[in-house]
Amino acid sequence: MELPVISNNAPAAEGGGCSSSGCGSAPDALAHLPDHIRAKVQDHPCYSEQAHHYFARMHVAVAPACNIQCNYCNRKYDCSNESRPGVVSELLTPDQAIKKVLAVAAEIPQMTVLGIAGPGDPLANPGRTFDTFRQLSEKAPDIKLCVSTNGLSLPEHVDEIAKHNIDHVTITINCVDPEVGAKIYPWIYWQNKRIFGIEGAKILIEQQQKGLQMLTERGILVKVNSVLIPGINDQHLKEVSKIVKEKGAFLHNVMPLIAEAEHGTYYGIMGQPEPTQEMLQELQDACAGDMAMMRHCRQCRADAVGLLGEDRGDEFTMDKIDVMDIDYEAAMVRRKQVHDEIIDKLEAERGVAKPKPTDIPEGSRPVLMAVAGKNGLVAEHFGHAREFLIYEASPSGVRFISHRKTELYCGGMDACGDGDLVEAGGSESLLDRNIRILSGCEVVLCSKVGYEPWAKLEAAGIAPNGEHAMEPIEDAVMAVYKEIAATGKLLPQADSLKVA
Amino acid sequence: MALQITESCVNCWACVDVCPNDAIYQPDRDEAPHFLISADKCTECLGDHADPQCAAICPIEMAIVNELGEFLNPPGSLTGIPIEKLKEFGLWREAA
Repeated sequence: MELPVISNNAPAAEGGGCSSSGCGSAPDALAHLPDHIRAKVQDHPCYSEQAHHYFARMHVAVAPACNIQCNYCNRKYDCSNESRPGVVSELLTPDQAIKKVLAVAAEIPQMTVLGIAGPGDPLANPGRTFDTFRQLSEKAPDIKLCVSTNGLSLPEHVDEIAKHNIDHVTITINCVDPEVGAKIYPWIYWQNKRIFGIEGAKILIEQQQKGLQMLTERGILVKVNSVLIPGINDQHLKEVSKIVKEKGAFLHNVMPLIAEAEHGTYYGIMGQPEPTQEMLQELQDACAGDMAMMRHCRQCRADAVGLLGEDRGDEFTMDKIDVMDIDYEAAMVRRKQVHDEIIDKLEAERGVAKPKPTDIPEGSRPVLMAVAGKNGLVAEHFGHAREFLIYEASPSGVRFISHRKTELYCGGMDACGDGDLVEAGGSESLLDRNIRILSGCEVVLCSKVGYEPWAKLEAAGIAPNGEHAMEPIEDAVMAVYKEIAATGKLLPQADSLKVA
Repeated sequence: MALQITESCVNCWACVDVCPNDAIYQPDRDEAPHFLISADKCTECLGDHADPQCAAICPIEMAIVNELGEFLNPPGSLTGIPIEKLKEFGLWREAA
């Protein structure tokens, strides 16, 4: 079964953990979908770009075991300061997980989705994973359930997934060619044996593809995650995108490899480069012709709580939950009210299309701008921004491209107490790093910029702009684009004149 | 004849689920901060499987040893990281 795809533009929104104003889906994006599928994604922050401004998600870390090794993962690592997949602070039993979910759902009524994503592979922990899902579907029927997997054990669990009413599954598929796979997966555990190299990768790929097909045949929505690894699968991911779309996946999320030496992963230690922002965007754009692309992923931890881009996990540690008194019946009434209000608002926004900008000369080249935003406004101080939102302005309007994280969430090995590892590299200052991640942008919009960053930004060819503080992001980006256009600098002949 | 778990263990539970003898347990914190193998129950999977299952799924090098203290998964055997790199990053150990 082939599912229709949602497109990548969103209406302006307010509030929420994401600092952008419109991270994507077109005003009528969800309208293309049949009603039953639209109902499934309209309140899912990871599937609908529109929804991620309003609805929150949480992961419970009940699945520690894994059945494969990925070269970007180190199972020794669980650092509380760090935000990336596979990392957790506190492992939970299924009973503890239920308590935590009910507490979070009562405290954060806009939390609609509970996912199990690790820190290992959920389907390599079928007892703990399905016990959690079974209890939740009984005790909190208003929470959507989803699961992420590497796919190795997926085919044998598809019926169980369908039984628990789990209608969203994410499969991480990094390749469809075992030779590529052998460079990403050193081994798998399969039928009581550890199988190395190409042979292991071949089995994994077959299982992933079989599982994907079985899920879509049952009408279960599948998102495919791929890690972009330069020189390993960068070109190959275009083929992956095409194939998973043919098999019925409805959304493809290409994420950048995280490979810091201090994480102790194979890629980190071996100096495998991470992709540049340009490389990621180019690949996402190349795949977008075949497939709806997710661009708002924040690569969150396996115990994240809250809106995408925020993590409120610290408010819900087991010792805090133990003293909370939760009346879930009452909470469900309140939750329904909050959800209905948000859905009404989204319905109203749908169909409100932004007019095409006027007075920009045809043929003007597009410009990338970085924005230090908050709740859809240009509202952050340059030095305080945890992420920059990248927008492209062109004669056809303003389009959200991606977010770029600024700071290293991990303070290095000292902060994590793993004295065995020696931190390698990393003498670059935070300011230099932040300027480097803005490469390709010609303007950075923020509420304020200090003297030192101002000079360094200008030297890097990025114009700092603090004149649109507290304005809606898209309006501000368009205003600046029009200013540049008025100087004639965006037309090809003007550029050549300038050079001459 | 029994295998043992070393302090390299990260408590990921993978071995617990695949042990055919239910020999792996989580002791009190003061006894050990990681899983242990009950010597009475461990058969090294003889008669059940070609390979000891804990060592076949364990993702951590140097975490499972035999009675001679030899690593079933020596440094570099699972990640493929060359020994000189392991030494450079302080991740190399000769034996348990």
